Amino acid sequence: MDKKKVYIISREDWSLHRKGELDQQRHRQKVREAIKKNLADIITDESIIMSDGKKVYRVPIRSLEEYRFRYDHHKQKHGGIGDGDSKVGDVVASDRQGGGNGKGKGGAGEQPGIDYYEADISLEELQQMLFKDLVLPDLKEKHNKQLASETIEFRDIRKQGLQGNIDRKRTLMEVLKRNAKAGKPGIHGIKPEDLRYRTWETAFKYQSAAVVLAMMDTSGSMGPYEKYIARSFFFWMVQFIRSKYQQVEIVFLAHHTEAKEVTEEEFFTKGESGGTRCSSVYDLALNIIETRYSPNDYNIYAFHFSDGDNLSSDNERCVELINKMLAYCNLVGYGEIEGPYYYSSTLKNSFKTIEKSNFTTVSIRDQSGVYPALKAFFSNRSNQGTVRMMQPFDV
Amino acid sequence: MSKSLELKLLAESIEKITETATGFNLDFYPMRFEICPAEIIYTFGAYGMPARFTHWSFGKAYHKMKTQYDYNLSRIYEMVINSNPCYAFLLEGNSLIQNKMVMAHVLAHCDFFKNNVWFKHTNRDMLESMSVASQRFRNYELKYGCEKVEQFLDAALSLQQHIDPHSYIKEMPTTIKQCCGNQQKTPYDDMWNIGSKKEGAGDCNCQHKCTSIKRANDLMKFLLEYAPDLEEWQRDILSVLREEMLYFWPQMQTKIINEGWATYWHLRIMREMDLVESEALEFAKMHAGVIQTSKTSINPYFIGLKIFEDIEKRWNNPTEEERERYGCNGQEGREKIFEVRTVDNDVSFLRNYLTKELIEELDLYLFRKVGHDYKVVDKDWRKVRDELVRNLTNCGVPYIVVENGDYKKRGELHLKHLFEGLELDVLHLEKTLPHIYLIWGRPVHLETILDKKVVLFSYDGEKIAKKFA
Repeated sequence: MDKKKVYIISREDWSLHRKGELDQQRHRQKVREAIKKNLADIITDESIIMSDGKKVYRVPIRSLEEYRFRYDHHKQKHGGIGDGDSKVGDVVASDRQGGGNGKGKGGAGEQPGIDYYEADISLEELQQMLFKDLVLPDLKEKHNKQLASETIEFRDIRKQGLQGNIDRKRTLMEVLKRNAKAGKPGIHGIKPEDLRYRTWETAFKYQSAAVVLAMMDTSGSMGPYEKYIARSFFFWMVQFIRSKYQQVEIVFLAHHTEAKEVTEEEFFTKGESGGTRCSSVYDLALNIIETRYSPNDYNIYAFHFSDGDNLSSDNERCVELINKMLAYCNLVGYGEIEGPYYYSSTLKNSFKTIEKSNFTTVSIRDQSGVYPALKAFFSNRSNQGTVRMMQPFDV
Repeated sequence: MSKSLELKLLAESIEKITETATGFNLDFYPMRFEICPAEIIYTFGAYGMPARFTHWSFGKAYHKMKTQYDYNLSRIYEMVINSNPCYAFLLEGNSLIQNKMVMAHVLAHCDFFKNNVWFKHTNRDMLESMSVASQRFRNYELKYGCEKVEQFLDAALSLQQHIDPHSYIKEMPTTIKQCCGNQQKTPYDDMWNIGSKKEGAGDCNCQHKCTSIKRANDLMKFLLEYAPDLEEWQRDILSVLREEMLYFWPQMQTKIINEGWATYWHLRIMREMDLVESEALEFAKMHAGVIQTSKTSINPYFIGLKIFEDIEKRWNNPTEEERERYGCNGQEGREKIFEVRTVDNDVSFLRNYLTKELIEELDLYLFRKVGHDYKVVDKDWRKVRDELVRNLTNCGVPYIVVENGDYKKRGELHLKHLFEGLELDVLHLEKTLPHIYLIWGRPVHLETILDKKVVLFSYDGEKIAKKFA
């Protein structure tokens, strides 16, 4: 090698080099998409339902796999290096305790070599994905209007503001006006004092009042699993209504052979036992509607979840009462959790005779049915959209 | 220490280190050292290159590396690029002594790149090629949409490893002569046609493009040439990815020997430096970290170093048997390791020099999953050596060849896994077939062996079917 300098050392400014970060964002984005596709599984996660609803969740999901032809890792033998006295049969690693490789149910840690990507996701974010398309269907205008939500509207013009919000038309008007006053009409020489900016104000959205009756079977035939599924549904229903509609009342009703109005906490935690008479809860619901929520003033929604295992003598009365409720309600939904042991339900079968467009039934077999049930009940069937009553406003 | 002072001290050290390395007969390209913040080193690490096209999988790798760095789980000190001049990136925040070791290490890598025979055909201007290609890919994104380009990249990347790394030796025989009509009975049939006009596919009137080629080892190249409906930009992507893999392949097949070589030399070079006691201690710690062993993996730095040291020792003081067998007279250790550095790759390195004594001394074993546990299943030195070699063969990538490009005369693609005793990961297999379908545009079949039975996986654009023969 010659004497010439054969090396260079340098230090550059790399602060604008963000490639890795950008592609990492794309990976995150794809993970989000994967979450979205698996929402049905994620939303029945017990840790979410049983929580106070404020936490950030770490959802362990498999990071996106880069699929290729490869050998079966588990059938392959691998090399290792011992301390000097290894013997055949020595255990060099174990995944019994999850191996520190991800966590969560479903044995996330059971297979080493699989990357788990813990996506931080807030309940709010989950809700946004979940509730994007959900609405209280067929909301109608009622006499009794209540404040529903705040919204931001651009409807004020000011002399100061953000560059991006310049109101070109009004600015030009000012130029015209000023030039005309000065005796040289036309658009020329825009001055700072001509500039006009659009700015926003908080507006109020008014909506007709609504009430949702949440009815749940808590009888002995509803096992912990069935109750869990019903509660999952109601949990997300409550979250959805509270996040989208500020002034919707929710009434919680639990029943076995008798029905009673309960607090939200009782509704989500208490288990009961005994036989089932579904008509009891419909009776109570009708009573509540008639005494407290006049259909003239309220949009009324009623949802009932049961395993369908009803006293057969009671079924006829149930149909009668549902029909009565349908006259009052925008929508009545009945969800039946199909246990492994019943092949056909007496209650759902009885409901087959009801042919009203505002009656919907769904069957749920397992956890993954919760999200479809939400979508079945809370989607707009007549494209009417929500009734929005704006305050009269003029600039 | 101010940054300029740091650079000055570094420059002084590199002078000394280069001199020492040259004195040891290391032979390297001109070096460009650059000091980079951690994120940049991890970006390079994830992409394999400072300038490469964009893909989410690199983002995933980057995130993983960076997280490990942030939590202090692992640390890359350097990154070196096989190019002429040779680029090496040093981690900002390395101490001076760390950088000295890294520089010594990097010089040996560069010597390896320059002299090892497996690197003879690599494109030393790959840095520029990649950077230009990444710009073209960017334009495709603008023209055809990010989603579409990404989808195609997903597919192409899943097959990227299926190239013929030795395609420079001879051009792959693209025998597309055997169209439907004139099937050859023996490989020599075409000899009888030499000179006659019938040679070639000119008078074939089969409907499909004549892709009933005998067997192609280079899946990427085959798709590139014969996938019927590819657009130009898609061919470009396939071709770039194939070129990249050809570039990376020698590095993949010399991981152990190359790291062993670099570790061997950083140790020797650092011994020549005048280190004060605290520096010597820091160096010892760092070196110990590099060669730390693990119960569940083979550390290439450690094993490579040990093999090189063993070769040197044996060729310096050969036993009677070794004198006879290898024809060496002693004191030829240095010479021998330079020869090994020139001609071997991981497979031949382990096959030739991982001896019974070394395997026992280093306590190497084989383990596998048994229930929930990973258990040592073999300590027999031959089995250990052979299994390690087998795991490195073809860089650990299963051999997948094109059996027929006109399967059942329907233009479908028939691939075959050349089974060598190890089953494929079925989940991955089933997820990869749709990727090939996207490129080939017609049903794709893969033949492999599960539970000792021949099985044919097929994907028709909608679902996977599995058929035991």
